[in-house]
Amino acid sequence: MSSHGIKDKVAIIGMGCTPFREHWDKGTDDLLIDAANETFGSAGLDKDQVDAYWLGTAQSGMSGVTLAAPLKLQRKPVTRVENYCATGSEALRQACYAVAAGAYDTAMAIGVEKVKDSGFQGLNAFPIPNDGTNRTLTAAAMFSLVAPAYAEKYGVDPIVLRRTLARIASKNHHNGVHNPRAQFRREMDVDAICAMPALAGQLSVMDCAGVADGSAAAIVCRAEDAHRYTDKPLYVKALSFVAGNGSGLLDPSYDYTTFAECQWAAEDAYAQAGITDPRSQLAMAEVHDCFTPTELVLMEDLGFSQRGEAWSDIESGMFDLGGELPINPDGGLKSFGHPVGASGLRMLFECWLQLRGEAPEDRRITTADRGLALTHNLGGYPGEMVSFVGIWGTELDH
Amino acid sequence: MRGIVRAAAYLPYWRLQRASIGAFHGVGGKGTRSVASYDEDPTTMAVEAARLALAGTSVDPQVLWFSSSTPTYLEKTNATIAHAALQLSTSCAAFDMGGAVRSGIGALRAALASNTDTLVLAADVRTGLPNSPDESASGDAGAAILVGESPDLLAGYLGGSSATREFLDRWRAPGDQRTKQWEEKFAQNHYVELVGQAWTAALEQSGLAADDVDLVTIATTHARAGGAVGKQLGRPVADNLAATVGTAGAAQAALLLIAALEQASIGQIVALVALSDGADVLLFRVTGAAASARTVADQLAGGNDALPYAKYLAWRGVMSPEPPRRPEPARVSASAAGRSVDWKFGFVGSRDRESGALHMPPARVSFDGGNIDDMDPAPMAAAVGTVVTFTIDRMAYSPSPPVIFAVVDFDGGGRLPIELTDTTPEGVQVGTRVEMTFRRLNAADGIANYFWKARPIR
Repeated sequence: MSSHGIKDKVAIIGMGCTPFREHWDKGTDDLLIDAANETFGSAGLDKDQVDAYWLGTAQSGMSGVTLAAPLKLQRKPVTRVENYCATGSEALRQACYAVAAGAYDTAMAIGVEKVKDSGFQGLNAFPIPNDGTNRTLTAAAMFSLVAPAYAEKYGVDPIVLRRTLARIASKNHHNGVHNPRAQFRREMDVDAICAMPALAGQLSVMDCAGVADGSAAAIVCRAEDAHRYTDKPLYVKALSFVAGNGSGLLDPSYDYTTFAECQWAAEDAYAQAGITDPRSQLAMAEVHDCFTPTELVLMEDLGFSQRGEAWSDIESGMFDLGGELPINPDGGLKSFGHPVGASGLRMLFECWLQLRGEAPEDRRITTADRGLALTHNLGGYPGEMVSFVGIWGTELDH
Repeated sequence: MRGIVRAAAYLPYWRLQRASIGAFHGVGGKGTRSVASYDEDPTTMAVEAARLALAGTSVDPQVLWFSSSTPTYLEKTNATIAHAALQLSTSCAAFDMGGAVRSGIGALRAALASNTDTLVLAADVRTGLPNSPDESASGDAGAAILVGESPDLLAGYLGGSSATREFLDRWRAPGDQRTKQWEEKFAQNHYVELVGQAWTAALEQSGLAADDVDLVTIATTHARAGGAVGKQLGRPVADNLAATVGTAGAAQAALLLIAALEQASIGQIVALVALSDGADVLLFRVTGAAASARTVADQLAGGNDALPYAKYLAWRGVMSPEPPRRPEPARVSASAAGRSVDWKFGFVGSRDRESGALHMPPARVSFDGGNIDDMDPAPMAAAVGTVVTFTIDRMAYSPSPPVIFAVVDFDGGGRLPIELTDTTPEGVQVGTRVEMTFRRLNAADGIANYFWKARPIR
């Protein structure tokens, strides 16, 4: 495999993130301006000093004009990207590559989604003309296939697993309580979550990520220039991406207990970053907890747990805020909601705060001195998804 | 000899107890009527009947006729959809003979009088206002009869005759839910008189005496006339399925003929009498055993009569309950559908010639080995499979929530995650055996979206 990565060639030198809310009073333009301005301030640059822009949005606008117009950018290359729920991370990936290639000195990746103008609950993809034979199931229903398959394969009592899934939601809500940018800031205990009515399979609304509007951004530059802008840059250790080919939907050997695209993306990222034991080497991870069974399976696909052991690792508190490897210390998609284009950069923003020691004390991880953090997105369904894994570090390897 | 080569009726799974209409409106009824599911229409029921009739054969009719008094499309031909679903040859003509109830018997008589192999399809989703006699007495059904020359007929055609006169019995304006009817006795007098003419002429043409007829089956939406004519003809009268199915409009004549042929013995003579804006009499001699894998009796025994009246009203659009607050489906792209006719209408996937890997929908590049454009068509409509996992989606858009969705592994290979129908959330489990069924998923901009679902094998 010739995925060489760009380890230690690019640095993140400024970040911003709006509160994730049902922003009835803010449009796409407002969210972009707010996130961009915070990020310019963070890096000490103005919009003219950033050489190129990548905008991630799934369906809040088309083309680079969606960003160039509200920011009134002059003579700037702006690229709009989309890659399902990994859209924000995709924007960042492209900005990093452009700087690593030497095409630009600085670049901004910004993600946005204005979800709450559709008039419908949940995320709704706009229709692409088709022959009418596509599945029209909700994502929740597709991911609900995971829990029974996992219980069956590993012999976990479904009632026990139900509580484990609730514990994932409860943990992420607990973390979100301490995050002013999070949308939901209320503790949810396991019993209350288990008592909710099922909406899709055995999943209730409390097993699903919320929906929100939001925007987040980062500015990157060449690693050697990073200290011109900040004393505490984060270095890009790995960027990996896999777009699945949908064969999981066709292949009778697929058993709905793993997401191969995520495992492959993680393996590639660890190889790029030189990580051999992610659970002990990473300080934290922000993973794509769109539904509670997703986070369960991701603990195994990302190599944090052995196969069949994620549920007991979760129960042991391993992934709690004070655990061996804190997962989603900012509250995750569960507390934030999921503005598709922004989520990947929102995850990176938490790494930015935690690794730089800037997270508020009440949700500060104790493992920050490990100096490495991981962000992960997936988009699509079990059997047919995309996956991004990024690894970020405080130190350059020598 | 010319006659009926193959035939099968299709009764939808759901039945409405007439008592449940009474429980709502206060006036009771006995028995059940058949109810097309929310995802069925005359075209899909005709296809299901034809699939039963043609199962295991490789017949290649030259003409397909489709009759319905409640067709999904006007202007556009509905028969071409059945033609695609049944994967008939391009050279097979496909025509609608629609609108009137009488078109059902008309298509059958014309097929018998022609010299081509003709597939006659008829189906109706019967309408009627709440608490009307039509709502209670009607039933939904499809029927398929393959007419042709064969040494191995199900029934030989002996002869037939019609008597026609203009008089107003029942009428419905296009788009109306309600069929109106003139005072019953007025039409009854016409039917009694006309059937006498047609009966005599049919017997003469066939060289038969009335006593040669072993069984008469009488198809009519005019119950009083049907009863009177049965007495008038003086021969044993077959069950008209009024107590179980109801009158199935344009499908009624073919449905009752099939039911009668299925219960008659070889050698017996069966008369089909249809009373609808005239009288038609067709005479057959039973020459073979019932060929359908699912007889009318089988399907009568296999239905589910637990359908709530409120759901029936919602399915027929009489009552409009709150839909899920999700975007409704967009209309189907005609050109996209046109490129995938074999998949969308015929449920034909593709199979990698080298690895054998099955692709649904059909693909050009194999997921197993990566070969390009090295696939054979894989017809999967007749395949059966097993539910390996499933979920109930209470949030997705559906004309009748919740969506019941399963991952199905087919016997002999191949997997498809697909919606289930003709079941309930409690009726499915891992290991449930399923077969495919042709359905109308939804409609937008007047375009019906046809595709396949899986349903439990019963």
